[in-house]
Amino acid sequence: MGAEFVILSLVPMLIGTLAAVACTLPGNFLLLRRQALLGDAISHVVLPGIVAAFLVTGTVTSVPMLLGAAAAALVAVALIEAVRRLGRIEPGAAMGVVFTSMFAAGVLLLDLSDTSSVHLDVEHALYGNLESLIWIEAEGWSSLTDPAALAGLPPELARIAAATLLTVVFTALLWRPLAIATFDEGFARSQGIPTGLLGLALVTVAAIAAVAAFDAVGSIIVIAMFICPPAAARLMTDRLPIQVAWSLGFAVASALLGYLLAGYGPLWLGAEDAVSAAGMIATVSGAILALACLVGPRRRRLTA
Amino acid sequence: MLFDALTLQLGYNATLVAIGAALLGLSAGATGTYLFLRKRALLSDAISHATLPGIGLAFIAMTALGLDGRALAGLLLGSAVSAGLGLLAVHWIATRTRLPEDAAIGAVLSVFFGLGIVILTVIQTLDTGRQAGLEGFLLGATAGMLRSDALLIAGGGALTLALVLLLRRPMTAAAFDPGFAAAAGQNLKATDLALMALALAVTLIGLKVVGLILIVALLIIPPAAARFWTDRSGAMAALAAVLGGLSGYVGAALSASAPALPTGPLVVLTAAALFTASLLAAPRRGLLAAGLRHLRTRRAVHLRQGLLALAQGQPIYERYTLRLLNRAGLARPDGVATEEGRAEAAKALLDEARWALARSDPDFEPSAALYDGLRPIETVLTPDELAEIDARLAPRGVPA
Repeated sequence: MGAEFVILSLVPMLIGTLAAVACTLPGNFLLLRRQALLGDAISHVVLPGIVAAFLVTGTVTSVPMLLGAAAAALVAVALIEAVRRLGRIEPGAAMGVVFTSMFAAGVLLLDLSDTSSVHLDVEHALYGNLESLIWIEAEGWSSLTDPAALAGLPPELARIAAATLLTVVFTALLWRPLAIATFDEGFARSQGIPTGLLGLALVTVAAIAAVAAFDAVGSIIVIAMFICPPAAARLMTDRLPIQVAWSLGFAVASALLGYLLAGYGPLWLGAEDAVSAAGMIATVSGAILALACLVGPRRRRLTA
Repeated sequence: MLFDALTLQLGYNATLVAIGAALLGLSAGATGTYLFLRKRALLSDAISHATLPGIGLAFIAMTALGLDGRALAGLLLGSAVSAGLGLLAVHWIATRTRLPEDAAIGAVLSVFFGLGIVILTVIQTLDTGRQAGLEGFLLGATAGMLRSDALLIAGGGALTLALVLLLRRPMTAAAFDPGFAAAAGQNLKATDLALMALALAVTLIGLKVVGLILIVALLIIPPAAARFWTDRSGAMAALAAVLGGLSGYVGAALSASAPALPTGPLVVLTAAALFTASLLAAPRRGLLAAGLRHLRTRRAVHLRQGLLALAQGQPIYERYTLRLLNRAGLARPDGVATEEGRAEAAKALLDEARWALARSDPDFEPSAALYDGLRPIETVLTPDELAEIDARLAPRGVPA
């Protein structure tokens, strides 16, 4: 646990953990509202948003890309609603129509535009480059108090930290109305809670979390973290606060364990190179969910 | 160039790809229809993502055995096994735990895909040197399509299509009324299993052409587009197959018409364009038709209310109403009724009075339920009934 750890692993682990937390928090509510696959849809449409932002600005600077991705996510949500209502198509199919079309458009745009000079490709979008987010300026644990070294932290860290903070604040502030609207929408409306607006706000926060996390870790973790930790937590308890707490624990555990397994697991097995950290984090979250499905105390339905 | 591509003049590979993509679209559209009707369209997303670990493991296994790691048949076998496991996992989570099916789908697709990525990175570090190309299964890679690949796709597509044709009745019954199907002695589990197996087969066929991320589009978009045009499931499946085949063919031709155009995304975008056209232009369910219907109803309501106002000597303030009456020759621009307008107005008032009486009398209840403020009562009641109503109306002094 020396200087090498601080330089190579500390920041990716922090980013992975923050991304997991940012996605898991809204994921809890999406899961209970039967919108679990919205995370899937959002993470697919981030690609066209980023490519469009690149085509407009001509650079891979982060702010326009984040804006483009967030806008694409909102456009996708609006289109899904439009197709569902205007076409009278069931939500799952409406979602499938919209996000596959937008993803295809993103891939086509990417292939048509000259992105050879910049680091922008489909593989990167899918599984990110968590391992490359190293802290070059660091020299050891002492760098944590060194302003010069701290200034050299990868910018992704600050962005994902901000997004995580946003989801935490959103969840904490709107906890009661969110919980009521999630479990009993009719009652929530009778209490004067604007459920439509609240649902839109939840989707927006989820989109922001997905986009910020996507920036650092790729879309595959985003989908996994939206669903797996909340789903595993759902099998542990019947109480919402406890479910959220469990899910956060699972998310952090998946991120840390997944990163360590990806980075050091192959070494223990005698191989030389690390495997994809993003993929491993998703795999670990799946293993946790599988365990919860097998032994979680509340895994069965009430009406057996 | 595009014309050349559409008429298969662009050489051997382009022709192979276009025919393969068209066959893929045909079978995907037909199969997707029953997934769509069973409301399980997104299950195909879990199936397709769950193929990735199998592709990677099959590659490792084949190279370990000293075979060509990129042999399509072996890769497809591997992906079939892992996608089958994924399906089982979705089914198991959705039935044995309290988690809903959408959560199970999301969990399986992300975890299997993550595992697949891990295996792909393992392969990249292997010393076989022939691993390049497995990424092609993510988004499809038609450039290097071989004759044997095309034959595999053609054979698989024909087989799936035949099976859909064979199984269409039980699958329709399971989609529309599972309770009745079960009571009639049909094995619902087997039907659903067959449907999943068909979706899995389409996914495997499509891996090479559009890739595992976008194949779900071919299973969902053509049926969703076909739904706009018909209310009959058989016609919908046929139309979805045609739309899917068209998407595959046109998309592949488009991608062949210029260098560096990817086939998979273009096939999907062609399907999306067909969907948008259907959403807008389909008769009855389409947006244009709905808009026209709305305008027609609005016009009829304005005319009717205008006539009633004329009949009762009330002034008309609504400009649209006045314009409609004027254009129909029923009123002058200042709102005074013409000769013809007075006659029409009297008729409308009589109709309204007849309806009011019919609706207040329980004897006429079935017919009175058809009242919508626009329908003339003569189209609902028989002449005898009308005569009876008029007889009752006359003493109250309403002009007949």
